[in-house]
Amino acid sequence: MAADHDFDPVPPAVSIDTLSHSFGQGSMRRQVLENISLRINPGEVVLLTGPSGCGKTTLLTLIGALRTVQQGSVNVLGQRLNGAGRRSRQQVRRRIGMIFQGHNLLRCLTAEQNVQMGADLLPDLTYRARRNEARTWLRAVGLDDHQMGQLPHDLSGGQKQRVAIARALAAHPRLLLADEPTAALDSRTGREVVDLLKKLAREQACAVLMVTHDPRILDVADRLLQMEDGCLLPAVQ
Amino acid sequence: MKSPWQGRRIPLSWMLLTRQPVRLLVALAGISFAGILMFMQLGFRDGLFDASVTVHRLFDADLVLISPRSASSVRMAGFPRRRLIQTLADPSVEGVTPVHWGLMLWRNPETRRNRAILALGFNPDDPFFLDPGLAEQTGVLKQKGRILFDQLSRPEFGPIADWYNDGRVVETEIAGNRVRVEGLVSLGTSFGADGNLLTSTETFLDLMPQKSPGGIEVGLIRLQPGTDPDLAVARLQQRLPGDVTVLTKQGFIDFEQNYWKSSTSIGFIFTLGAAMGFVVGCVIVYQVLYTDVSDHLPEYATLMAMGYRISHLLGVVMREGFYLAALGYVPAYLAGQGLYWFVRDATKLPVGMDLPRAITVLVMILVMCMLSSLLAMRRLIDADPAEIF
Repeated sequence: MAADHDFDPVPPAVSIDTLSHSFGQGSMRRQVLENISLRINPGEVVLLTGPSGCGKTTLLTLIGALRTVQQGSVNVLGQRLNGAGRRSRQQVRRRIGMIFQGHNLLRCLTAEQNVQMGADLLPDLTYRARRNEARTWLRAVGLDDHQMGQLPHDLSGGQKQRVAIARALAAHPRLLLADEPTAALDSRTGREVVDLLKKLAREQACAVLMVTHDPRILDVADRLLQMEDGCLLPAVQ
Repeated sequence: MKSPWQGRRIPLSWMLLTRQPVRLLVALAGISFAGILMFMQLGFRDGLFDASVTVHRLFDADLVLISPRSASSVRMAGFPRRRLIQTLADPSVEGVTPVHWGLMLWRNPETRRNRAILALGFNPDDPFFLDPGLAEQTGVLKQKGRILFDQLSRPEFGPIADWYNDGRVVETEIAGNRVRVEGLVSLGTSFGADGNLLTSTETFLDLMPQKSPGGIEVGLIRLQPGTDPDLAVARLQQRLPGDVTVLTKQGFIDFEQNYWKSSTSIGFIFTLGAAMGFVVGCVIVYQVLYTDVSDHLPEYATLMAMGYRISHLLGVVMREGFYLAALGYVPAYLAGQGLYWFVRDATKLPVGMDLPRAITVLVMILVMCMLSSLLAMRRLIDADPAEIF
């Protein structure tokens, strides 16, 4: 394994080895992930599907350093997450873009300010430069100047999800994690959002791991992973 | 190098507050209420203790002699007048003034009801007041049976000030003796005395025949400039027999305040009231901020997921607490002023806003707000962000 690593020209964006995770204590203990190993290369778009409750979101939050690793090893963007402290997990999160199921925009900020919260994480940029960055990304996801000044409350579901994508990309992530980004969208909008996501990620050479059980978008994937009952099924092409 | 202005970020804490005006108003109302509660209770308490020494403060004296049997301004015991004269033997004593001090029954000239009033008797040629205006008025007391009435006395003593200002001759009875109001002064009431009057030694002794002429209740001593009052107290106390106590003027004021603070239930109740005001204020502010932070917790968790540091988020919430405290303090301060005015008007007690109290309440609100915000953030510190979404 170690020898393998030395010959690798580019280190993987994500590499997971025999990861297990469970919730609850004692008799209430429930295993949600069992012996998962996977690898995602930079620039790769990977889709993760499976029935609900099979542990997809848990796996995603573990990769996103939002949960403490219990068993196994998780390496994300060159940082080992098992046993990592609060500070190093925060450092990793900075380089990961997150798109959540419920978009999770800040209700009190306009679309533009929401995206700028992402851009604000970039070091050594002036306020104006960060705002321009935010505007560029919002235009890239297809929002006009009027919509940029609106609160999430006044935007449609598709527009909110586009803002969430823009926010995730505004911090120049090396890895994008998306949890059912199309769940709240109709099929046409969902398709547009996913195509956009893939295009923008490609341009940034950013790896993408997308959890979905929307069969209509499976074809955007370079690779498809399937999960069932906490286990990763053998790869299908 | 970028300037701080260029490095600024979106004012998130301000946005969190102002984008929900109704919630902001409710929070501000809660915090203001807590502030008003504290202003009220502290004001009452300080007012009580201040009011008990309104008369004491008027004296132009460095040291004060009282009897060790005196408990407070409403129970002053007498001591031999010659003790005061004896102090003149000390080279640092410049002058002395004997003062008679006691409660008398004043008959309200309108309703003919009797009520206890605090009377001070002294030599009109030797007034001992710091206020020169007051000292000038005492000349009229040289005639027997004349008094100066405190127009800040409670209305139960009768419409004395109104009648006097209308030009009427205001006369009434004290212990069966006729007295005439020859002028008005402004001293102020206290918890012990609802009203005050000033008169000459002669009139005082006429009104209180049971007092021995050789005894006084208070002896005022003025020291030569540059004398250390504490040293003078020690020296005089040693020289004088044990039937007098020597106090500095501040000691005299403390003597009175301590009586109300520690020897009466009033002091205890008001101190407890001030403490309750603070506790209730804390609970209200904590509730308001805890609800606010809990409501935004998923958003803070999102920011953590994006890679913001926990210290950054704590800063956001602390600033939020700071803004709330600052904004909530303004109405609390104004309402406090209004309530003080109301209490002054109704009770004639010297309840007022002073700078130390204004600052105390501001600091307490600030501390409460910022501490509550931090306490409410504990969940975010302890939990993985994923558990909060």
